[in-house]
Amino acid sequence: MSGRPEHQAPPEIFYGEDEARKYTRNTRMMEIQLVMSERAVELLCLPENQPCHIIDLGCGSGLSGETLTEQGHVWTGVDISSAMLGVAKEREVEGDLLLGDLGQGLPFRAGAFDGAISISALQWLCNADQKSHNPAKRLYTFFSSLYGCLSRGSRAVFQFYPENSSQVELITSQAMKAGFTGGLVVDYPNSTKAKKFFLCLMTGGQQPLPTALGVDSREDAPNCVTFSQKRDRMKQLRAGKAPKKSRDWILEKKERRRRQGKETRDDSKFTGRKRQSHVW
Amino acid sequence: MKLLTHNILTSKCLKGVTVGYPLGIVAKEVKVNEVEFNPEFISRMIQKVDWPALCKAAENLGHLDNLPPAVVDDYENNEDFLKKAHHFLMEIEVINGDLICPETGRKFPVTDGIPNMLANEDEV
Repeated sequence: MSGRPEHQAPPEIFYGEDEARKYTRNTRMMEIQLVMSERAVELLCLPENQPCHIIDLGCGSGLSGETLTEQGHVWTGVDISSAMLGVAKEREVEGDLLLGDLGQGLPFRAGAFDGAISISALQWLCNADQKSHNPAKRLYTFFSSLYGCLSRGSRAVFQFYPENSSQVELITSQAMKAGFTGGLVVDYPNSTKAKKFFLCLMTGGQQPLPTALGVDSREDAPNCVTFSQKRDRMKQLRAGKAPKKSRDWILEKKERRRRQGKETRDDSKFTGRKRQSHVW
Repeated sequence: MKLLTHNILTSKCLKGVTVGYPLGIVAKEVKVNEVEFNPEFISRMIQKVDWPALCKAAENLGHLDNLPPAVVDDYENNEDFLKKAHHFLMEIEVINGDLICPETGRKFPVTDGIPNMLANEDEV
């Protein structure tokens, strides 16, 4: 893995035809996006049983939009990658799609939407993809235009992957400057894999933040999302034996080889000693 | 692009534009779909919709017939009106054409139902 996607290329280039197709065929990816979208809609705290008009910011190939449709809402999506929008069109998503750059501002009338969600997109706004880009200014332009096109009392929920705390600081400060209240909700804060960041912004004045998932250790639910990854199960298999590459493991392995009749060096005080790390 | 979306779109992100609404439409291809009627949703959207802009848009597309010229009183309970509003807002789609800023004349092309709202660096 060559690191964070937003360090490799601007989003409209990173999400070209091939990547767009890969993204939308990857079932694990789709499952994660679905769970995050459902959580984001939950955090929106929309009135029950009421179809709302929602904007999906960085809608991509429409994975999150489908959750909105499923819950009975009407949505419009904005994305900067025409390849991703093309895939969304192929999948015949219900929402109207727009090709646009969030950092240029949202071109909508005041009060047009009852809510906004964004899944895995906000971190893309923190990088200057062109010489003329000033991330702080683009974030402010984005947030102030978003504030304007949301009806009073509605919310915007962003699931995103912050690179570091200064990025979180940059984002939240521009959002507050634009008039939003709210803050960060971190689900499963103690699990590296399951940890998810949701920026919950409100327009109706200061309100309490929703509670994060996986925080109360007295809960019966496991302290992380039950992933079916093989790696997790494998971690538990070595429970009775010595951890790999330790001195004990090396001595056990040499014994095994002797029992198999293979030529094995005698054990000495140097067996399994710590070596100086190599500079290759 | 449905007419509901057109009704909330502006060009105000461009430099020098004050209101940027409503956007003119020149359509080369229009489609009429069948969309499930949700009276509650339509009723709530009518409060947000700029009705004269909707009429103007429908007229530009040559689909004006049957559109009521104004919002009637007590529309929430007028199913006939709601159904007509639904048809115009949700079932008429611009597939190919251009959206035009009323203040600068700048065109935003619509391709395959998707309006391109990307502005050049010197326009924002």
